[in-house]
Amino acid sequence: MSAGDGVLFDLMRDSLDHCVKCTICETACPVSNATPLFPGPKYVGPQAERYRSRGEPSADHSLDYCSGCGVCTQVCPQGVHIAEINTRARAKLKADRGVPLRDRLIARPTVLGRLATPVAPLANLSLTQPLVRRVVERAVDVHRDAPLPRFAGRTFQAWARRHRAPAAQRRVAYFHACGTNYYEPELGERTVAVLAHNGVGVEVPAQGCCGLPLQSNGLFDDARRYVKRLARRLAPSARAGTPVVSTNPSCALMLKREAREILGLEQDVDLAAVGEATYDICEYLLDLHRDGGLRTDFAALPLTVAYHAPCQQQGHGIGKPALDLLALIPELRTIELDATCCGMAGTYGIKREKYEIALQVGSSLFGQVAGAAPDLVVCDTDTCRWQIERATGVETVHPVDVLHRAYGLR
Amino acid sequence: MTATAPPAATYDAVVIGAGVAGLSAAVRAAEAGARVLVLAKGIGSTHLAPGTIDVLGYAPERVDAPGAALPAFVRDHPDHPYGRLAVADVRRAVEWFKARFDAGVLSGYRYRGSLDQNVLLPTALGVPKPSAVVPETMIGGDLRAGGRVCVVGLRWLKDLSASYLADNLGRAGLGIEARAVELDLRPERRADANALAFARALEDEGFRATLAEALAPRLEAGERVGLPAVLGLHDPRAVWEDLERRLERPVFEIPGPPPSVPGIRVYRALKEALRRAGGRIVLNAVVVGAERANGQVTALRARVAARERTYAARWTVLASGGMGSGGIAVDSRWNVRETILGLPLANVPAAGEPRFAPGYFDPQPLSRVGVATDDSLRPVDGDGRRAAENVLVAGASLAGAEPWREKSGDGVSLTTGYRAGELIEEEAR
Repeated sequence: MSAGDGVLFDLMRDSLDHCVKCTICETACPVSNATPLFPGPKYVGPQAERYRSRGEPSADHSLDYCSGCGVCTQVCPQGVHIAEINTRARAKLKADRGVPLRDRLIARPTVLGRLATPVAPLANLSLTQPLVRRVVERAVDVHRDAPLPRFAGRTFQAWARRHRAPAAQRRVAYFHACGTNYYEPELGERTVAVLAHNGVGVEVPAQGCCGLPLQSNGLFDDARRYVKRLARRLAPSARAGTPVVSTNPSCALMLKREAREILGLEQDVDLAAVGEATYDICEYLLDLHRDGGLRTDFAALPLTVAYHAPCQQQGHGIGKPALDLLALIPELRTIELDATCCGMAGTYGIKREKYEIALQVGSSLFGQVAGAAPDLVVCDTDTCRWQIERATGVETVHPVDVLHRAYGLR
Repeated sequence: MTATAPPAATYDAVVIGAGVAGLSAAVRAAEAGARVLVLAKGIGSTHLAPGTIDVLGYAPERVDAPGAALPAFVRDHPDHPYGRLAVADVRRAVEWFKARFDAGVLSGYRYRGSLDQNVLLPTALGVPKPSAVVPETMIGGDLRAGGRVCVVGLRWLKDLSASYLADNLGRAGLGIEARAVELDLRPERRADANALAFARALEDEGFRATLAEALAPRLEAGERVGLPAVLGLHDPRAVWEDLERRLERPVFEIPGPPPSVPGIRVYRALKEALRRAGGRIVLNAVVVGAERANGQVTALRARVAARERTYAARWTVLASGGMGSGGIAVDSRWNVRETILGLPLANVPAAGEPRFAPGYFDPQPLSRVGVATDDSLRPVDGDGRRAAENVLVAGASLAGAEPWREKSGDGVSLTTGYRAGELIEEEAR
């Protein structure tokens, strides 16, 4: 595994010298609290890192059970970059042991999307067949019961090319990410509609995968290539002073922080420009509201919704702007769920050997949803939504879906 | 659990720090209707502390009645944080803290005690420690009553040595007859089970039954049972009562090293109270500076992913902690600074004066460094002039306390934090 291109890469690792072994990360780690197979972020991170060196094989294989949710870094009071250290160490472990075919496949949503979109009905039908899923499980270790999204059969990019944005005083560049492009193009359409309703024109640059699934699966070189290409495509908008807005907080965090801090892409000028310009959609809309620019002509929505903030959304350090936005909708009752993680963590929860762990991780969240009996669950990240919906049976939507409905848009 | 806080451009109060001081200030202010945001680098020191509220344990002799001892203590230590509070303030804060549990998220887990008298609870090393307010699950460990104690060690929990603890209890001169028993229970077959793993395991009735069956035959008549403080995270009262029922005798928790299960309960209770009051908390937001105008801090700048975010605030509560938390830093030339707002510091040893004393429990000059305040918890400089009109300082950021000698740590944090929240309400009127 190659190092980064600047000092930041080393600084992240050196932060382990700030570890005082307080174990706060272990109290918050959703995975080590769910399974003894993962001894916890301190153990495999600041502790074990001292015994890792580039030329030698990884000593500790339990690290593979880290889901990469990033909660350890968020709660550390000493500023140790635990998740960053562990993600890199996991990549080294994978490099030592070899990355399985399964991980190489599921880490490439653009490839899967491009292959399956033209044959979506067949692909979707196949993936709902228990027999097919058993074969898939046997062949590539994707758990037969894991929630897999349905291909939309069309792409958001195709819609955006046909869609003409009305003239507007504000502009944003929409980084819709792969999930919206191949699985949930309607989320992209609603996002454009909600922004247009607020006088924000949307440009949809050609884009692609941010490389996060590759990074999570230890394929750092490929991840770097993907994220650099994405940054190159989004950079003209960022340099023109146009905010880059995303409906996927995980992919947006890749641009804001992770590609720099985990992959070590410190010197990439495109990435630097794009990272600084990138906003989570709720972050952007709440800033708009702060500046008096958000329309609040919401119709009453007499529903109870339960909101879960995904781990990677919490990694933005912006709190839960979705809660403030939902609070603007008359008669909408929002319950803030008090759970760390749904367990999915991108591709973690679909892996055969991790599926049960992921359900265990999410069990507190699922129990709270059951207790609250909401009409909808609201959650910012697509893979988390699929996990929650599958586990609870409650329809799970993006905050923008709720805003869209309350604005009375179509 | 309903989120009702309306968005606005400005928070009434931004609290820096998520320890006992910061959370108490935040909850108290939010319950009075203020829009409150807590910004913290990470989770605070709750998880490292025993979960007891030690108001005043030594002054310098052991204190039996902290409420009665406070006036003389403050007279002798006029620059101590307690000197900024009336005894009635301290009492109100303590009662408020207890009430946060009575209707809190931890179903029935309660605190007992008051300023009237300290209880003496064993530490993980078996040293009697005076505390004013303690979890109900610990109260059976009060050593003032003497008697026979069976300290139960858990072989796979290496954080607490039962025999060492029992030996020290016997030596404490309190008429305690103590002995140790060790149980070979291993939750989830973990190789490295910490207190948290045991706390989770004990929430399972089957694990409790196993523990009770292994322990009961080894207990002697008249013994009460001290266990490491691992009796559950979500419903500790049920775990504790169930063990008392199964063992047919008083059971009590003995707090140990981090992760502190009772400390995590404090965090959970205060965080939930904050949520119920409509307050917000953002972790991993490092406050790096402030914007000022006319002697006021008008906004705080926090470093988050990709950029700095600015949070405008009517009030700022600095509860970022002392040297252990990075709220106060010393460099290699012995320059000492308050790291977030650059507030003036008091009690900084002059060049040539000693900074440390040889004995751990000696007065340690450097540890008394902190922010001095007036009686309204506003930071003041060496001449007593306010350094900022709308900043309140609470907890370990304050100058003049020596918590490890006085046994006053979470007492100072709770009472000054509470008072800061109360002052925000009073001045809003």
